[in-house]
Amino acid sequence: MSSETVVVDPVTRIEGHLRIEAETENGQITQALSSGTMVRGLEIILKDRDPRDAWAFAQRICGVCTLVHGIASVRAVENALSYEIPANAQLIRNLMIGAQFVHDHVMHFYHLHALDWVDVVSALDADPVGTSELAQSISDYRRSSPGHFRDVQRRVRELVESGQLGIFAKGYWGHPGYKLPAEANLMAVAHYLDALEWQREVAKLHTIFGGKNPHPNFLVGGAPVGISVNEGAGGGGATAVNRGGLEKVREIIGKMQQFVDQVYVPDTLAIASFYKDWFKPGHGEGIGNFMCYGDFPEDGTDDVSKLLVPRGVILDRDLSQIHPMDLDAEDEIQEFVSHSWYNYSAGKDAGLHPYAGETELAYDGPEPPFDHLDPASTYSWLKAPRWRGKAMEVGPLARVLMLYASGHEQTRDLAGMALGKLDLPIEAMFSTMGRVAARTLETKIFADMMPTWFDNLMGNINSGDVSTFNDRLWEPGSWPKQARGVGFMEAPRGALAHWVVIENEKIANYQAVVPSTWNASPRDPEGQSGPYEASLKGHSLHDAEQPLEILRTIHSFDPCLACAVHVQDSESEDLVKVNIT
Amino acid sequence: MTQSDNNRSSQPTIGQVLDERGVSRRRFMKFCTAMASLMAMPPMMTSALAQNLRQARRPSVIYMPFQECTGCLESLTRSFSPSIENLLFDTISLDYNHTLFAAAGTAAEAARHEAMEANWGEYILIVDGSIPQGAGGVYGTSAGESFVDQLRHAADGAAAILCVGTCASFGGIPYANPNPTGAVPVSEIIHDRPIINVSGCPPIPAVMTGTIVHYLTTGGVPDLDKYGRPSVFYGQSIHDRCYRRRFYDEGKFAKSFDDEGARNGWCLYELGCRGPTTYNACATVKWNEGTSFPIESGHGCIGCSEPNFWDQGGFYEPVTSKLFEDRGQIGGAAAAGVALGAASAYAASRRKKKRSETAGEEESS
Repeated sequence: MSSETVVVDPVTRIEGHLRIEAETENGQITQALSSGTMVRGLEIILKDRDPRDAWAFAQRICGVCTLVHGIASVRAVENALSYEIPANAQLIRNLMIGAQFVHDHVMHFYHLHALDWVDVVSALDADPVGTSELAQSISDYRRSSPGHFRDVQRRVRELVESGQLGIFAKGYWGHPGYKLPAEANLMAVAHYLDALEWQREVAKLHTIFGGKNPHPNFLVGGAPVGISVNEGAGGGGATAVNRGGLEKVREIIGKMQQFVDQVYVPDTLAIASFYKDWFKPGHGEGIGNFMCYGDFPEDGTDDVSKLLVPRGVILDRDLSQIHPMDLDAEDEIQEFVSHSWYNYSAGKDAGLHPYAGETELAYDGPEPPFDHLDPASTYSWLKAPRWRGKAMEVGPLARVLMLYASGHEQTRDLAGMALGKLDLPIEAMFSTMGRVAARTLETKIFADMMPTWFDNLMGNINSGDVSTFNDRLWEPGSWPKQARGVGFMEAPRGALAHWVVIENEKIANYQAVVPSTWNASPRDPEGQSGPYEASLKGHSLHDAEQPLEILRTIHSFDPCLACAVHVQDSESEDLVKVNIT
Repeated sequence: MTQSDNNRSSQPTIGQVLDERGVSRRRFMKFCTAMASLMAMPPMMTSALAQNLRQARRPSVIYMPFQECTGCLESLTRSFSPSIENLLFDTISLDYNHTLFAAAGTAAEAARHEAMEANWGEYILIVDGSIPQGAGGVYGTSAGESFVDQLRHAADGAAAILCVGTCASFGGIPYANPNPTGAVPVSEIIHDRPIINVSGCPPIPAVMTGTIVHYLTTGGVPDLDKYGRPSVFYGQSIHDRCYRRRFYDEGKFAKSFDDEGARNGWCLYELGCRGPTTYNACATVKWNEGTSFPIESGHGCIGCSEPNFWDQGGFYEPVTSKLFEDRGQIGGAAAAGVALGAASAYAASRRKKKRSETAGEEESS
């Protein structure tokens, strides 16, 4: 028996700083450790600020899922104040969240995940005519001529022959784990470049409503932008949301749907068909518990029954039952720090609900530079969130399973189509490739909803309702002395909620539990691993020097570590204690 | 494929690559003209720019992330001219970038170190994020090393350092009060290398690519303002170039986010716009290929390219005249305009205050 600990740090092609250590016996992973290695302490920074400003701070948790913390934050404050927002503001938010999903998932697939499945160098051996035939056999996408693929191939060849490989240097090219034929590799490389071009265009939806992307603007009480469809004193189009801007939004939605239908969905199915092993047990099935908070409200966020993505919990892969969950119940969501670099006043084994959370940075890991972290000790800047004591997976797979289990028709049809083409049962979804496929399927579902939200917005505008903001509770003097609330949403990476306590017009306590904290969490006091750690167990590594298998499964979750080392409470004293071992 | 050959003399120039790819001289000159104009260079600079660009070999760029949110890199991918693809394939050799790099862990670190050694003293270091100095640097590590050590080493071999974003430039959000992790900007750690601050949260894509291309073509640091930012992009306030400026001068202000004034594009001063104290190119270059910018989409500027903007009061409080004066950069006619506008804004805010006091009694709608 040969034992080895494989360290992957930095895990690249993610947001943030993640370290994976995998213990192997004869090349098979027996246990894994997932560590977030960067902290900023935004929780402490948020204390005593104006709750109306919180979204801007919270949004800087992450610039990839650039909108989600802004939305969760304004919803938390609105929930605390029972602050209703106009229907148009809700529709604008839905459109912006939908656009974030489509943009983010496509970029994840092509720019963060594809190189785990696509061998760039192999694309040099492709026959562009063959690539063209392949592309045309799976899609009507217009960029599929032999000449187009020849141009792409020449571009890659020039890069390789220049000897300056840039971002492709020391990639695991030629690893036997790469299974795509050269022609398919070339097609995927071409779409990697096309997706870069496409994403620049579709990001403009955020710019029209939010002024810029990344980090568009939001507003407690509605949407900041006035709708300016009539000739105003500033001339037609006094704001970006004028007739021309709205027409542009319609065009962008069309471009989103087209790329998803013609490129993203067919590419996912084509690539997945060569990696059917990655739908099998032992390939990233993870924890088997799934949770959604729900999102895309028809009107406001208070009525949980009117959400497109339903709220609930699935346990032990049992799709016959959806368990209800409550964000406010103190015995449901709790966070633990037994393996994290924090202390709790009630001791390392306590579990605290977000409203009662505590912050005490307490590093007691090894002094850098270090070679290893200790899974038996503390090893991460992430806390370990649990639902009724259980680890949960959140994200695209959880959402698709929740939609599927609740009988959502389009989800059932899409899952049936995809699994039918691949000749796989629904159980195949509990896997690394299942997670990849779920991300693609939900992208189509949300992209297809966008025209409806847009039409509803236009319907309101055309009938004279241009309201985007409710000023009733804007002035802090109108607020109660004390209030608390939770803002929830489904972010691209999974269930996200911010909890806020407001006292005397200021933030007394702010807490976020974010998707990657659930998925990348360290062990809890019971020794239970989170989804990343659990999903790596059982993987066989072909070559420990080229940990392609680890990257495939970790990337299937789409890690976002700046998010995961999250905003915590600021009620307790801002203690910072360091004890380097 | 390994990173076998960093022999710079064998690499084709950008001009050769463009010729091979059939990029016509006319199209190339058009790009150079656009760049020169964006960077406000004199017309004759266009041909010099073209000449330099065509001769330059793809210079090595090492992009290091520290306490960051990846918003800056995301913003860079939104650049239209040059696009990120053109940058990667034709203009620079991005020899390390955490977010886009194919290899991970040991292989990625080896690629970074090899590229640094091969281009020691010549590569451009891009830094994204602040650096936590607290507690011996344990608040940020990568590959088991502290960010502080990683930055020092990478800076040693750099020809120049480009700080992208307000975090790397000025400390940004981790540096905001009470700065729990002892975060600092690059300039507080590195003192012996040229540093160019490209601030913004995130910076405008064209400002990042424009600064990179300027450095590559002229081989030198552009003219910088007192905060180390390229004057060409940060030389004027948002307010002075804002399309709503005339309403400010006329004393026409939106009073609420959804009133007639807001829909008519009146000035957002009373709603907290920091355009008067913020120096950036948002009002001219705008965002996402000129689609819009925060004020055009109805929200005041939050001042994200300025040092300490997180700690200058609420985002919905009108900026005070004190902040105008502190800048010491508004002179002559501009100052007169500001004074006039500020006076009417002050009068307007007094009216607003009075109104809201009255409204409080009547329970406004």
